[in-house]
Amino acid sequence: MAVDYGALKKGGFMRQKQKNNFSLRLQVVGGTLTAENLKIIAEVAEKYGDGHVHLTSRQGVEIPFIKLDDIDEVKEELAKGDCHPGVCGPRVRTVTACQGSEICPSGNIDSYKIALELDKRYFARELPHKFKFGVTGCQNNCLKAEENDVGIKGAQIVNWKKEDCIMCGVCEKACREGAITIQNGNITLDEQKCNNCGRCVKSCPTDAWEGTPGFMVSFGGTFGNHISEGKSLLPVITSEEQLYRVTDAAIQFFDDYANPGERFKFTIDRVGVDKLEKVLKEAYNG
Amino acid sequence: MADYVIDERVDITDVVCPMTFVKAKVAMEELEIGQVLAITMNDGEPVQNVPRSFKEEGQQILKLIDNENGTYDLIVKKLED
Repeated sequence: MAVDYGALKKGGFMRQKQKNNFSLRLQVVGGTLTAENLKIIAEVAEKYGDGHVHLTSRQGVEIPFIKLDDIDEVKEELAKGDCHPGVCGPRVRTVTACQGSEICPSGNIDSYKIALELDKRYFARELPHKFKFGVTGCQNNCLKAEENDVGIKGAQIVNWKKEDCIMCGVCEKACREGAITIQNGNITLDEQKCNNCGRCVKSCPTDAWEGTPGFMVSFGGTFGNHISEGKSLLPVITSEEQLYRVTDAAIQFFDDYANPGERFKFTIDRVGVDKLEKVLKEAYNG
Repeated sequence: MADYVIDERVDITDVVCPMTFVKAKVAMEELEIGQVLAITMNDGEPVQNVPRSFKEEGQQILKLIDNENGTYDLIVKKLED
């Protein structure tokens, strides 16, 4: 019987140069694996592979040198450690994320939680071409949000409370955008300059800067054969509900308008950013 | 506004990140709770980051003074060991 490489690729088995050998891609969300996952991965790599694993550029794990005949057995073994094959091809890929606000002092949002929800909603959804989500917790952008078809970045909408301020001067220096000016016992925020990084909130010793966490979303990033930065088309999103309305709208737009084999960026360019913007704004406003 | 008395001083303008905060923190360890440390630091990365690092350590920032010579004095009261 002929080998259906397409079906294997869809199921995370990537054909290698070496005949009948496959690099098995696993489903990983936000680069997070449990010790239990790692143990079974190590066991499978030793028993069925050649004893090594590859960490992919998008926080995934692949176990190379899996033999064609062992594929079903390998899947069963991995399931014992709660590991499952990932995907490749024209569908929603691994959702990447930084550690976010649960771990990182700089995080404005719980990136991993958002990544889990995106994975639950969209992972492996069939589309005209590959579709990547990435979630980063703050402006440091460790997760490189704008590389993704849809990138999500944690933000803070900030507000100064005069009554709690001791005029220490820390926020004016902590702000890297020059958006904060202290003069004559008053602080002004230049909202045009503010990039919602939240450094004033994080550094203020008396919590006189209050921050409302939010999401900045970019659309149409791609970093392969063509390189293009995802564009921000909306104001800061302030609730998860609103965020998922927007991601639902973006992925549906791609599904509706993309030609087979066309990345989101090129669909946007061809169909028109105005059209996408209209759809996104409707979703944003609910 | 100057309702604090500086107990110790440390100059961290001779080191770079991440040693800036390390040197400041070592100096802070010598203090008793309630005492006040003045840390002289360079403009740029140290003044952007060191105050926040002390906040995260649970210490109380009282003031950041611009020495108008490219350095700043950060006044920190020790609240925690």
